[in-house]
Amino acid sequence: MRTDLVVIGAGPAGLAAALAADARGTRVAVLDAGPAPGGQIHRQPPAGADTAAATAPPHVRRTWRSLAAALAASTVTVLTEHHVWCVEPGFTVHALCGPGQDEPVAVRAAAVLLATGGYEKVLPFPGWTLPGVLTAGGAQALLKGALTAPGQRAVVAGTGPLLLPVATALAAAGTEVAALVESAGPTALLRHGPALAAKAPEGAWHAARLLRHRVPVLTRHTVVRAHGSAALTGVTVAALDRAGHVRPGSERLLHCDTLAVGHGMLPHTDLAGSLGCPLDGSAVRVDAEQRTGVPGVWAAGEATGVGGAALALAEGHIAGRSAAARLRGAAPDPAGWSAAARARRTLRAGAAALDAVFAPPAGWARQVTDDTVVCRCEDVTAGAVREAVDRLGAEDLRTVKLLTRAGMGWCQGRMCHPGIAGLTGCPPVPPRALPARPVPLGVLARQATEEGTA
Amino acid sequence: MSAREPSARPGPGCTRSFTVTFDGREIEVLPGRTVAAALLAAGVTSWRTTRRAGRPRGVFCGIGVCFDCLVTVNGRPGQRACLRPARPGDVIRTEEGTGHAD
Repeated sequence: MRTDLVVIGAGPAGLAAALAADARGTRVAVLDAGPAPGGQIHRQPPAGADTAAATAPPHVRRTWRSLAAALAASTVTVLTEHHVWCVEPGFTVHALCGPGQDEPVAVRAAAVLLATGGYEKVLPFPGWTLPGVLTAGGAQALLKGALTAPGQRAVVAGTGPLLLPVATALAAAGTEVAALVESAGPTALLRHGPALAAKAPEGAWHAARLLRHRVPVLTRHTVVRAHGSAALTGVTVAALDRAGHVRPGSERLLHCDTLAVGHGMLPHTDLAGSLGCPLDGSAVRVDAEQRTGVPGVWAAGEATGVGGAALALAEGHIAGRSAAARLRGAAPDPAGWSAAARARRTLRAGAAALDAVFAPPAGWARQVTDDTVVCRCEDVTAGAVREAVDRLGAEDLRTVKLLTRAGMGWCQGRMCHPGIAGLTGCPPVPPRALPARPVPLGVLARQATEEGTA
Repeated sequence: MSAREPSARPGPGCTRSFTVTFDGREIEVLPGRTVAAALLAAGVTSWRTTRRAGRPRGVFCGIGVCFDCLVTVNGRPGQRACLRPARPGDVIRTEEGTGHAD
């Protein structure tokens, strides 16, 4: 298949970009791994399911209705269940399809727009590998996409704006929520009130539901340990002092079979990194038109810095218009997207304020005992990682990985790199992960044969 | 630990539930569910043991990033249960180590 623009990711950024480019005469194909467009935020329940328990706030449902209507009226090609594993310069986008993800598909295009979204950061703590401990976003995905609650009694913990909607969604689904444990203090939230105004209606909606379900909220608290042998049976929570350290003697046990935990979001940058797009910290660097440092490659949404769905829509719109103009050989007129640019400026400022409020507690690494597994794929303990730094002299994540295998497993270091960076003091460089997902050898062999005969 | 489906009632136009097996046991699955959702709804929280320490694992990230929920489906190991749609008659097995032991 050949098209003008391939958009990778069918969340808010990707769809806004695709619609903006399509409206300007660009042929667009959107590839997404999910069973339907919408991304994580607009994940829809299975067809035919009773959606009474679907709990998206009214404004999220409204946004989805207008995006879905615009998509239906457009000529955008949406390819779902396409797992992109590589983008070749020039550009050829390689994806795997089918239930076993073993059927290769290649889409050729003059330009690529990366709207790959983000994933949740979870810092390690003793017991976090027990079945029953899952990410807050994972719990939300199960509730949204399968109307399945992961357990009967849950604790929601960590830090960040995602915890509140996850707690309310669990409660609405009939799970008893024993506590929402947020490490940020209540005054920090109030201090940044003005910058958070954009989030206020949504926050109020969730807070009202939290009250209705009588969910206890513990601010400036943290989970110090998850208990259980074959599966989770409870967690120990403790109060934090103002410096972010556990207050001795404040520990208490909460029984639960589910812990939904998260410490913020990270951008998906595998494909950007493999194309050579420069990063700013952990996010893809973009200019005012959402162009990356590589000609022909745009990026929008969480991949360029975590800021939420409204920001993703604004960035996607700008990226789509820019790509449409540049593909025609014209320079776009930024005056045409001034409203989106204003929204982008405001929402980026709000995101920076949220980042400042929802920082993990300063003393989290002290709670990680030496026997705690930090690399979930390779069963590497905190003790082994500390030894690599303290005794063997490792000074960066790559050397820690070579000495311990931490970050060398299936997830390619995506899950463990923030934790290991925090434990060791090494700079948190996002892992280089190519291919972006495992590829059957048969697919690679077939591709090599085709290239050999071409 | 057992999980439940808050909206397990089939809605109008809902296609019928079907069965799969997990380690030989029959499990009823509602349409449109992933293998992970099907197992959790049946009260199964773990379907893999780790390669080195042999520790139990189930779903963690829920969106295909962490590879903790790997499971063997119809003889093929290394499938991400959180992404793979459950299909009628799927034979799902606990994955031990690499899943390539035999």
